[in-house]
Parts: sequence; C-alpha cells; structure tokens
Amino acid sequence: MRFREKVYVFFTFLTVVIVIGLLFYIIFDIVSNGIKVVNWEFISQPPREGMTKGGIFPALYGTLLRTLLMLIFVAPIGVFTAVYLNEYGSGKRFSRWIRLAINNLASIPSIVFGLFGLGFFVLFLRLGAGLLSAALTVGLLTLPLVVVSTEEALRAVPNSYREAGFALGATKWQVIRLIVLPQALPGILTGAILSVGRGMGEVAPLLFTGVAYYLPYLPSSIFDQFMDLGYHIYIMTTQSFDVELTRPIQYGSTLILLVLTFSLNIIAILIRSRIRKRRLV
Amino acid sequence: MELRERIAYIVISLLASVAIVSVILIFIFITKESLPIFFNPEIKKEANFRSFFLTRDWQPIGLEPKYSFLPLIVGTLKVTVVALIVALPLSLGSAIFTAEFAPRKLREVIKPIIELFSAIPSVVLGFFALMTIASWVQSIFHATSRLNAVTAGFALAFAVIPITYTICEDALSTVPRELREASIALGATKWQTTIKVVLPSASGGIFAGVILGLARAIGETMIVLMVSGNAAQITWSFLDSVRTIPATIAAEMGEVAFGSAHYAVLFLLGLLLFSITFVINYIASTLLERTQKRLRGEK
Repeated sequence: MRFREKVYVFFTFLTVVIVIGLLFYIIFDIVSNGIKVVNWEFISQPPREGMTKGGIFPALYGTLLRTLLMLIFVAPIGVFTAVYLNEYGSGKRFSRWIRLAINNLASIPSIVFGLFGLGFFVLFLRLGAGLLSAALTVGLLTLPLVVVSTEEALRAVPNSYREAGFALGATKWQVIRLIVLPQALPGILTGAILSVGRGMGEVAPLLFTGVAYYLPYLPSSIFDQFMDLGYHIYIMTTQSFDVELTRPIQYGSTLILLVLTFSLNIIAILIRSRIRKRRLV
Repeated sequence: MELRERIAYIVISLLASVAIVSVILIFIFITKESLPIFFNPEIKKEANFRSFFLTRDWQPIGLEPKYSFLPLIVGTLKVTVVALIVALPLSLGSAIFTAEFAPRKLREVIKPIIELFSAIPSVVLGFFALMTIASWVQSIFHATSRLNAVTAGFALAFAVIPITYTICEDALSTVPRELREASIALGATKWQTTIKVVLPSASGGIFAGVILGLARAIGETMIVLMVSGNAAQITWSFLDSVRTIPATIAAEMGEVAFGSAHYAVLFLLGLLLFSITFVINYIASTLLERTQKRLRGEK
C-alpha cells in the first residue's frame, strides 16, 4: 500500500479510537464521580431535607415498576407481531404495512410519544397521569426492539424443524407453540431485555404522562403518579434550588441509571453472540 | 381449519396490527389536538400561520402571547448542523475502518462497543454534556453562555453516532466480495477499492444512515433541554443559547392550560416533528430496500 493510503486508513482508525475513547471517557467520568456517593443507604433511602440529602429509593422504585408494567404489554404484542411476520404473513401486503409501521415507531421522536400519551392514554382513555399511562407510552416506543430481535430469532429456527412438526401431524399453531417459540426463546429474551434497557432510560415520554418531581409516598396503584430515576437526574441538575449542593446526588443517580441500562444491554449482547455462535456450529 | 387454529391466527393478527394502529392513532391524536388552530376563531386570532412564520418572537406567556416558529426552527437547525458536523466524519470513518480494514476479530469487538453508545440514556448524555462538554466548549470558544448551540450539538452527536455508524457499517459490509475482488484484480489498491467501488455501491445505505441520524438529531429532547440554554432567539452565532422544537414542547407542555392556544400550538409543533421524521424514515427505508435488492443482484 502506498504511504498516502496508509495515512488515510490510519485516519479511519483514528475515528474509531476517538469514538471508543469518548464512550469510555463518559463511563469513567460518571463512575469515578458517582461511586463516591453510591452505597446501600443511597439506594434504599428516600430523599431528605428538601431533596438535598438522602437517597433515591422512590425514584428507583418508580422506574423499575413502570418498566416492569411496560414489559407486560410490550412483550406479548412484540413477540406475536414477529410471529405473524415470520410464520404467517411473509409476502402479504399486511406484513409490508406492519414493517413500515414498526420502522416508523422506531424513528418517531420520544417527545412526540409523550404528546400522544397525553392526548390518548391520559385524556382520551381517561387513564389519568400515572404509572399505567407512562408504561403504555414508553411501551409503544420500545415495541420495535422486541419485534426486530424476536423476528431474527424466529428466522434462525431451521425450516426442517417446522417440517418435522408438520410431518408428525402437528398443526401450524402447535408447531409455533411447541417447536418454534421454544427454539427462539433466547432471542425473544434478548428483545425483552433490550426493550427494558431502552425504556428505563427514557424521560421525554414521561413528562406529561405521570412522572412527579417529589412524592412523600410510594405509588400504590397503577394509576398513581410516580418518581423516576432519569427524571430525577433532569430536575436535580436543572430545577433544583441549589444545583451545586446536590451535585453528588446527581452523579450517584446517573451512575445507577447507567449501570442498569448498560448491564441489560451487555447481557443482551452476550446472549445474542452465543446464539450466533451456536448457529454456526 | 380447526377452531383453535383459527383463534390463534386471529389473535396473532390482531396483536400484529397494534403497530399499524398505533402509528395511525399517533397521527390522529397529535393532529386532533392541534386542529383548533385551523378552526377555532378565538385561537386563530391568537395563533395563526402569519404569526408562526412572519413574526420573530416566541413568547407564549404574557399579556400578548407571541408564537413565532422561526426562532425554534433556527435553534433546531443550529444544533442539528453542529451535531452532524461532529458525528458524520466520526461515524463514517469508523464504519469504513470496521467494515473494510479491521481484521475480523477486531471487528467483532469494535462493533458492539460502538453500538453500546446507544445504550446510554439521553438524560445521561445531557448530564455529561452539562458537566463536561459545556466546560470544554467554554474553554475553547469563550462564549458568553456555557449553554449554547455548539455544546448542545456536540452532545447530540453522541446520540447520532451509534445510529449512523450501525446503518453505514451494515451497508458497507453487504457489498458483495466479488465487487471488491474484481477491483483488486484490476490492480486497484485496497483504499482505491474502498473509495471508488465499495462506497458508491453502498451509497444508498450510507445516505439512509445519514438522514436517520439527522432525524434523531432533530427529534432528540432531553439533551437539548438540558444544555442548549433554552433561549428562543434568532441570531447568526452558534455560540448563543438556542431553543429547539422538542425542548420547547418538553419545557412548556407541563404548565399549559388544556385547550388553550398555547396547548394547540405545542401539538402543532409535535405534528411538525412527526411529519419530518415520517418523511425521512420513508425515504430511508425505501433507499435501504433498493440498495439491498441491487446488491443481491435482483435488479
């Protein structure tokens, strides 16, 4: 290779180094500043003294609860959408429409989901601003992740498995239920994990659908307002009356959120690479 | 068909239609809430297309509310331009290195790591930008406000990179081996092959990656809400505070009276965002589909 070309290639290598370097710098910055305040008390205690001291328990609780609720809706819808696309509807016009819609959902800005959540779930369906409305709104946003992962998993199930099922006299639904879905389980799990990881960190869709600045009690029903970790970071950094004073709490909350979303994503990557390896064997 | 089979088929089809129904409902409900601007004479007097595009001020609170879209559009464009200037060279360069020059083992490490970027919630990126990037920008440009279009754009780039990188890398790696081998056999070097053969064949996919990154930059909310300074003004300088369309919706919807002119205007802004991303997404998916078909030799 000529010298000049080596320089060009080196530049492309440099961009990789910069991108990965920035990623690690962000992680390093959050971890090194956040680790100082994170301990069991920080995780298990509510905020005290006008949110300038204490922990983040209610925010963490709210985030976990709304994400769990979201998963209950999004998992069956996402999985069966993928089942339809891969098992029933290949080549049909309806499938094209579904794909177009999924692509679209994936690219609609999250604040637009927030507006929709307000207009549809909160006001039109009268669910009020609370856990349920927020979970449904975020669920729509993460639906594409579940569909795409599940579809990939279904596609990886060899056709001979299905044919073997049919040859033994099984019906289509029996083949799907007893052969295809169990085979695709790791991929389905990946999709669910990714959607939880993504949904957990979203703040914009919550703004008008039930998130609260501060609540002295934990939500007791799915219609109650809730506190949220990401929103907590946002208000502590921008609306808190003494931003400098609460800096450690901000870093601590950010670290917890980052650890949650990152570990979920890494688990998903590991499962996925194991599936791909197994397929090669 | 047996009854159980039929029920299974119907239930699965119904669940599969949720995505379509949702997109339609999103469109209907965002439009519905912004309709008063067109039909309610009271609201029309206060907020109309003349005020949106022919005045210069966005001051929705006050005795005489002013609703001009121009400062918001200018702000959105500024941060988007900065984000693309930072993100495109980095994501394209990385994609080219990963797809063309990295040894296989290295490639399998680089790709998932860069894609981990998308696992960082935007509120975390916003926080990092507020604490760190704002100081970097401040020490380089000495702007009057720490929070300005450059800071916000730089932070937004972190949200754009994983999207553009992934799509471009996928586009490059689907270019068939035969094309590269033919070029090398004709005496071209690896770099020449990359620039003159691989990039042009993947151009549709690369363009799709770029515009999807653009859509992300336009629609991102939390990052700009935290670090753009949120001042709605029309200026030339990129070092002034700006306010974008999504940040305006996020900041103001919470305090607005339902059914007021302000409420309808914010939904209209949402409709604008929805339409922009809808169009971009349609172009991108058509392009991706066409490129893939061509590379598989179907046309």
